[in-house]
Amino acid sequence: MKNIIRTVAICVMSLAFATAVQAQTTVNVAYDADPVSLDPHEQLSGGTLQLSHMVFDPLVRWTQDLEFEARIAESWEQIDATTTRFKLRDGVKFHSGNALTAADVKWTFDRLKESDDFKGIFSLFTAVNIIDDLTIDLVTSEPYPLVLHTATYIFPMDSKFYSGTTADGKDKAELVKHGDSFASRNVSGTGPYVVSEREQGVKVVFDRFADYWDTASEGNVDKIVLTPIKEDPTRVAALLAGDVDFIAPVPPTDLKRVEENAGTNLITMPGTRIITFQMNQDRVEAFKDARVRKAIDYAVNNAGIVDRIMRGFGTVGAQASPAGYLGYNAELTPRFDVEMAQSLMKEAGYEDGFSITMMAPNNRYVNDDKIAQAVASMLSKINIKVDLQTMPKAQYWPKFDERAADMMMIGWHADTEDSANFHQFLSACQDDATGNGQYNSGAYCNAEADALMNASNSETDMAKRGEMLQKLEGILYDEAAFIPLHWQNLAWGAREGIHAEKIVNALNFPYFGDLVVDK
Amino acid sequence: MLAYLVKRVFQAVAVMFVISLIGFAIQDNLGDPLRELLGQSVSEEVRQELREELGLNDSFVIQYTRFLGKALQGDLGTSYFFKEPALDVILKKLPATLELVLGATFIIVGFSVPLGVYTAIRPNTILSRIIMGLSIVGISVPVFLTAILMIYVFAVGYGWFPSFGRGDLVHVFGYWETNFATLDGWSHIFLPSLALASIMLPLFIRLIRSEMMEVLQSEYVKYARAKGIWPWRIYFVHALKNTLLPVITVGGVQIGTMVAYTILTETVFQWPGMGFMFLEAVNRVDTPLIVAYLIVVGFIFVVTNTIVDLIYGLVNPMVNLARMGA
Repeated sequence: MKNIIRTVAICVMSLAFATAVQAQTTVNVAYDADPVSLDPHEQLSGGTLQLSHMVFDPLVRWTQDLEFEARIAESWEQIDATTTRFKLRDGVKFHSGNALTAADVKWTFDRLKESDDFKGIFSLFTAVNIIDDLTIDLVTSEPYPLVLHTATYIFPMDSKFYSGTTADGKDKAELVKHGDSFASRNVSGTGPYVVSEREQGVKVVFDRFADYWDTASEGNVDKIVLTPIKEDPTRVAALLAGDVDFIAPVPPTDLKRVEENAGTNLITMPGTRIITFQMNQDRVEAFKDARVRKAIDYAVNNAGIVDRIMRGFGTVGAQASPAGYLGYNAELTPRFDVEMAQSLMKEAGYEDGFSITMMAPNNRYVNDDKIAQAVASMLSKINIKVDLQTMPKAQYWPKFDERAADMMMIGWHADTEDSANFHQFLSACQDDATGNGQYNSGAYCNAEADALMNASNSETDMAKRGEMLQKLEGILYDEAAFIPLHWQNLAWGAREGIHAEKIVNALNFPYFGDLVVDK
Repeated sequence: MLAYLVKRVFQAVAVMFVISLIGFAIQDNLGDPLRELLGQSVSEEVRQELREELGLNDSFVIQYTRFLGKALQGDLGTSYFFKEPALDVILKKLPATLELVLGATFIIVGFSVPLGVYTAIRPNTILSRIIMGLSIVGISVPVFLTAILMIYVFAVGYGWFPSFGRGDLVHVFGYWETNFATLDGWSHIFLPSLALASIMLPLFIRLIRSEMMEVLQSEYVKYARAKGIWPWRIYFVHALKNTLLPVITVGGVQIGTMVAYTILTETVFQWPGMGFMFLEAVNRVDTPLIVAYLIVVGFIFVVTNTIVDLIYGLVNPMVNLARMGA
């Protein structure tokens, strides 16, 4: 009997609680994954950066038009070739109540230099020097054009909060890749939301931070509940059924449904992740011939792939850099001409074609296995017989590292949002010492292209730099260094009254702090 | 009886040992866990360092011996994703899965007995034919399809039930939080239970029907009829009892199988149980968690089979467990 009374009481209480919550503005968000850790330096991934933008604030951040917007840094100026001075905003408070000072930025920078995932991005940065409480100098070892790009990765952490030792004697600042650390479970940032509850893989609850510095922000959401929903159909159903208010991503098959359904809106944007195929010159003699590579590029109908397989949900590409990037070369247009491809094959002496192997993942990029099948059948038109194997990403990456097939698929998003990054990882001459060409399974190597990349990386005059990078894209295009297919578009679904179109961006971390919801 | 149990315990240990060995042997083919632990632009050098630190460069024998040594002390390794002991992660997820299985079991027991008996005693009515026809559909449609269909009809279409998750939970004790204490909890567990039951329910209807039909032909039922006993008493007291023996045997095995089906159901409904966790672990190449899951599920199978054997002995006095144990 007692138990029944207790149960009834709990029911009544939870009902009462539910009505109390109604008074607040709560937005339920469903993503395909949740952040692996609360430590912003543990893993460089979309999930971590999304969390960072909610719980922390970066020095500067990207706008929708890929411009820089002042956040924790109020203003900045370059004071010499290798130093940029940042003025920090006054009156910024951490969730713990501590005030943000230059020391926190320095502390964060030093920790980033220790992080396996982030130290690569910061390799040219030598130090943060404290000028006064609210002024810092960010110093690079050589003139570097991407100082602000990189500053978007500096989310100042609360150095006082993360200093000292835990009850079991561990350093609170400890950065651990696997296993339990203070920072992976506790967090104090300056961001618009405080993590109030978290069950990994089930949900994260964020409450609006009462002392948030950005009082000019129109954001009016008091509470965000983030639920990972892995299955595409379930995520869409949850939005359509009204169980959640905002979802990402929306799978291509459901775009129309979300758009046409009364009560939900579809928000799309061109993305910046390029999907490509690489042709391994070490494995196939014929791929050493630029004419053969070009023939393949001519044989692949990337516009058709975007139209039929992606259902228009992609931007047809002819180069790695998407529009808006410094290196985007508007003159390069997608090539598709089967006759031209056949004559190029003939010219190169491969009229009768040859057989190759191809590998692609089947759960990494949107429709990746279907794209690979389409490409394989397109190549048969120029007598290249393809033995295609697709596999889950978990098995694919080790194969990719082994360079296990003659043609392999890879998609790439530049962490720096900069053109040089594509070349550095995908098409530069492979060099273990510098890490260049780490994902260049094509073994393409062109000294001229690498020289252009290196020159661009120390050129701080943006106009000149743009010229260099566009020339670089031109070379890769002329030589058909790889087969560019398309940039995946981004899609979000939102319930009517959630004005999410203003907070999304090509980087795919909506700025939830500024989200406005009709009450 | 005791000898039988002791024997069973040894069997369980052997089964789990073999499973751990197989699980360990295949983990290299599952993929590279480092891919999920590190970002895309991390250098090969750093990868090697972490690989060394995790002990992934050691030989199979060394890795397995290390695992076994720890396993004997109750430590099945630490999940890469959850950063907690794998066994703790599984035990936290276990109640959600068990409640789902329980919900499905209620539905199966509640519907299979009356429907099975009805179709057995009235095999030619239209209703019987409809039930048998639907049961074929239920068996042949894969559970994830049934589940998605249900979401679209009952959650999106009519809006009667929520589309995913567990809803409001009430803490019972330890890791156990229950769905059965609030209305919201009930509404969340209904669709997933129904989807999970959709595979087993037709099987049991058919099993009970065919057993029942056989029993109805037997001499003692004819005799009972001749004696003029009220038909419902014949069906439900005399005949049904003798029908249930094979049903219990199959049921025990199927409850174990149902734990496996939860992988699909939980994934579709985003049910935070251990089946969903397992599929996620496979995607993330969280090898310690995968191996631990296999061992725990192996354990559950052995336990349910043992219990079924014990119940079998209680229902049918002719089965002598003591002799089986000898």
